[in-house]
Amino acid sequence: MTSALSPSTVGSALVKRGLADMLRGGVIMDVVNPEQAKIAEDAGAVAVMALERVPSDIRRDGGVARMSDPQMIQEIQAAVTIPVMAKARIGHFAEAQILQALDVDYIDESEVLTPADEENHIDKWVFTVPFVCGATNLGEALRRIAEGACLIRSKGEAGTGNVVEAVRHLRTINAQMRRLASADAAELFALAKDLQAPVALVQEVAATGKLPVPLFCAGGISTPADASLVLQLGAEAVFVGSGIFKSEDPVRMAKAIVEATTHYEDASIVTKVSTGLGAAMRGAETATLETRLAERGW
Amino acid sequence: MRAVGVLALQGDVREHVTTLENLGVTVRRVRTPGDLNGVSGLVIPGGESTTMSRLLMTSGLREPLQSLITGGFPVLGTCAGLIMLAREVLDGRADQWSFGAIDVTVRRNGYGRQIASFETPIDVLGSGTVPGVFIRAPRIVRWGEEVVVLASHDHGDGAHPVLVRQGSAWGCSFHPELTSDVTVHGLFLDALAEALR
Repeated sequence: MTSALSPSTVGSALVKRGLADMLRGGVIMDVVNPEQAKIAEDAGAVAVMALERVPSDIRRDGGVARMSDPQMIQEIQAAVTIPVMAKARIGHFAEAQILQALDVDYIDESEVLTPADEENHIDKWVFTVPFVCGATNLGEALRRIAEGACLIRSKGEAGTGNVVEAVRHLRTINAQMRRLASADAAELFALAKDLQAPVALVQEVAATGKLPVPLFCAGGISTPADASLVLQLGAEAVFVGSGIFKSEDPVRMAKAIVEATTHYEDASIVTKVSTGLGAAMRGAETATLETRLAERGW
Repeated sequence: MRAVGVLALQGDVREHVTTLENLGVTVRRVRTPGDLNGVSGLVIPGGESTTMSRLLMTSGLREPLQSLITGGFPVLGTCAGLIMLAREVLDGRADQWSFGAIDVTVRRNGYGRQIASFETPIDVLGSGTVPGVFIRAPRIVRWGEEVVVLASHDHGDGAHPVLVRQGSAWGCSFHPELTSDVTVHGLFLDALAEALR
């Protein structure tokens, strides 16, 4: 049977969140040029994040970090068949409009770039393209979802190669969700106030025990073991920024993190892919950082 | 009935597991060749076909699955899963391979990039209307005589099949697992039970 020319709907919450569902169990890799994008795709990345500098270089260079040059994004789109994401500054809806016009598959409203608005994030509901946003705790995650985010990632502390902040964010979000699940109906109103999150979303999380959108992990993931760790802590996929192309052998590191993400529960496979990998990125102790990217956004 | 497997290398595995369990089936997640022992059919979920094809090789699942599928093992693939079951794949990577169980040619992202992803009602032959969720969906652009077309969709440029079957292999361009509708999985399980009888 052929369905007659029936009305089709684009940009619904289901198709926007649905793409995030398709990325689950996968690795999204930061790439700065088409060559790196090809390496990422060859290694089995589910998507690439196109940006001009990886977070560790943004951190080193300082200055204002902005959306990437559209030409560079288009070159990466032409180089690979997997989804291409790109970053807009927090609150910079004009950058987001450009990224949508470029047909990127996901926009990351990212604290890795310099925020453009100190009070407001982008109203993401008005866009057809879906958004991912970072969060350090459940309240922040639910505020972003209320603004239309279709995927939440931990913020971690990007560009450090240190997974400690991502672990903190995941543990915080999960602990706060468990607290909601054990609360009675009356308590949810006070908890919503504490979380500074909409009551309806708080009630939804309490009823389902999980976020209404997928939860991925980002920030500081540098080894296959890091990927296994955050997946076991409840992340459904990982973003790897500087961790691949700042390592000694990016091709092997990329493949190893992909396999560790799939087989995160099987220590024998994670061991096998971790063996003889060469040096991971050098990394930084987060306590000594001058700029804490995770504190951007609210 | 013995357990039905869901290929759990990457993608929306959980939704397929939930749908099958809602239909009363015991489900096993398949990540390694040993997981195939004792499963009577396999669902290949949505996800990224390039990622899945690589992980099928590194996990050692490609060869055993290929011989099972060639031998008539029941399989259902949705979206990326359809790509994995197709005879021919367009706009893929140069080294893209597939199991070739269904004599169709699919074009990856054949309905456009994410911004063009859409929902539309789909009429399934003999089973009423189901919600169709198409996400960077593959488009079936050629289909052989042995392919049974169970549903088609006209996206403004002529009808193209979106649910097909060849023997015990089923392919679907959209994502029935993302909705609460169990029609497509139910048809697959009915055929699977028939084959086991």
